[in-house]
Amino acid sequence: MSVTSTTATKTKTPGSGETSHKRGLPRGGRRREFTTRRGLQIAAFMAPAAVFVAVFTYYPMIAGGQMAFRNWKLTDLTDTSWVGLKNFRDVFADPAWGTVLGNSAIWVFGSIVPQLVIGFALALWLRRRFRFRGLYQALIFFPWAISGFLIGILFRWLFNSEFGVVNDLLQKAGLIDEPVAWLADPKTAMVAVLIANIWYGVTFFAIMILAALQSIPDELYEAAALDGASKARTLFQITIPYIRTTLALTVLLRVIWIFNFPDLIFGMTGGGPNNETHIVTTWMIKITQQGDYGRASALGLLVVAALLVFAVFFLMATREKKGARR
Amino acid sequence: MIGKETTVGRVVKFTFLGVWLLFTVFPLYWITVTSLKAPGDIFQFPLAYWPERFSLENYSGLFGTADFGTYLTNSLIVSTVAGATATAISMLSAYVLARFEFRTKSALLMAALVTQMIPSFIALGPLYLLMTDLKLVDNRLGLILVYIAVCIPFCTVMLRGFFENIPDALEEAAMIDGLSRFGALFRVLLPVMRPGIVAAFIFNFVNCWNELFLSVTLMNSDSNKTVPTALNGFISSFNIDWGSMSAAAVLTILPTMLLFAFASRHIVQGLTSGAVKG
Repeated sequence: MSVTSTTATKTKTPGSGETSHKRGLPRGGRRREFTTRRGLQIAAFMAPAAVFVAVFTYYPMIAGGQMAFRNWKLTDLTDTSWVGLKNFRDVFADPAWGTVLGNSAIWVFGSIVPQLVIGFALALWLRRRFRFRGLYQALIFFPWAISGFLIGILFRWLFNSEFGVVNDLLQKAGLIDEPVAWLADPKTAMVAVLIANIWYGVTFFAIMILAALQSIPDELYEAAALDGASKARTLFQITIPYIRTTLALTVLLRVIWIFNFPDLIFGMTGGGPNNETHIVTTWMIKITQQGDYGRASALGLLVVAALLVFAVFFLMATREKKGARR
Repeated sequence: MIGKETTVGRVVKFTFLGVWLLFTVFPLYWITVTSLKAPGDIFQFPLAYWPERFSLENYSGLFGTADFGTYLTNSLIVSTVAGATATAISMLSAYVLARFEFRTKSALLMAALVTQMIPSFIALGPLYLLMTDLKLVDNRLGLILVYIAVCIPFCTVMLRGFFENIPDALEEAAMIDGLSRFGALFRVLLPVMRPGIVAAFIFNFVNCWNELFLSVTLMNSDSNKTVPTALNGFISSFNIDWGSMSAAAVLTILPTMLLFAFASRHIVQGLTSGAVKG
């Protein structure tokens, strides 16, 4: 999520505040010339954040990264020798790897597409004021306050095979005759975790898209109406092109985020039944819990590599944005 | 405006909005209703959508047999201290990133982005070893320090967005009037930014309150567990006691929901200001 703001760096006209500087006032502003005093100020303000993140985030991350190339097992700490790419080979050689990879793809795309479509629809329909709109927004906002892990637990109860309300409702509606053991069958379990994740993630899309929609100048719609453009045409030729960058960025950020989001599956199925609903990151948790830090690290590095590819897409989209607005 | 709405269009729109609202609210309604049933009634057919008799037994059990009060207190302490400290630290870094132009700036922003991309599990092993060396395993201070570091990157980016929404002229005027940069920040900027700062704190608080994996790794003894760690214990057992589970879930969700409701407007602003700014 944090990435978004890198696009927002405002370029200021040089020369604003020039006069105050000549009078020797301590105005750093956005000027580029370097002074010791300014450098010290920047360093002093950045230091606490930098120290915390360096010690408790970057150091363990880098230390964890090098474990990927070592024999690092909690079960036997006497031998932590370098083993080259063995951990990566072990990852690929694991018979479950194919399932894990396939599930990750289903997890990301099966979540993103409905989240985007429903979120877009919500945003379009929330754009115009109506009575209780504020309350409505607050109500559909709340899944956000809940952790992914707890959402997993919530839906685990809803999809319970014996006493679950989903089965009860479906039976009442006459859609099923017998209760379905949702979380005991890999296929239905995957559907269930996707439904939970869609429930969770639509809000984010709705919020981002709604904010983007509100940045579209009314004149564009007035002009379109004057030209007699149909609703569909307005949507596809004005609305979507105008917010295309936001759409692209939001999707990419969510891909990164959902890929890296084991909590919900961890709480809902724990990767079961029979390890059939594991995605890469829940698989990593399982291997960590087995004490094979080396192999878990190798998995982590693979995730980072995959996500870096997405980051490149993201940066390309950013550049396009800057060009398009000139 | 955005064109005229037809009657059919309105019907479609409000049907869709209604269905989505129902779908969103129902899981929460269901867990609440479950928690308020007498433990035996939860497994009673036909399922009651409105309990015949209300009971707080599930809740009293949490504080009697399980030590849920301790978990709540731990979570409250850790989340408040870590959330507030992270907000204060991020305010400084966000200020610099919003108001100064310098060579390493994009590198710093990139460094913040990278922390969001790397799965935290890669760091868990080494972090545990580091905390062992610092004698901070199974220690609330240790968890607080780690949570501060977790919160800082995103909080910085969020606050930077708020700073950028405030015109430079405000603090320039204050500095012309003789205030130092620190003075201008604390006496002029921060009061204006208060809603944003509150939103950032709430965001941090909720993130810490909800955090599971670091807490599971670092806190072993029962008296130090946070709420998510305790919930994890509940589902790890073979037979989940859905009565206590639902009551615990409601108690976990309630504080964060209230906080989010309180600050939702500013949180939304913080999240969207970076992405959709012209």
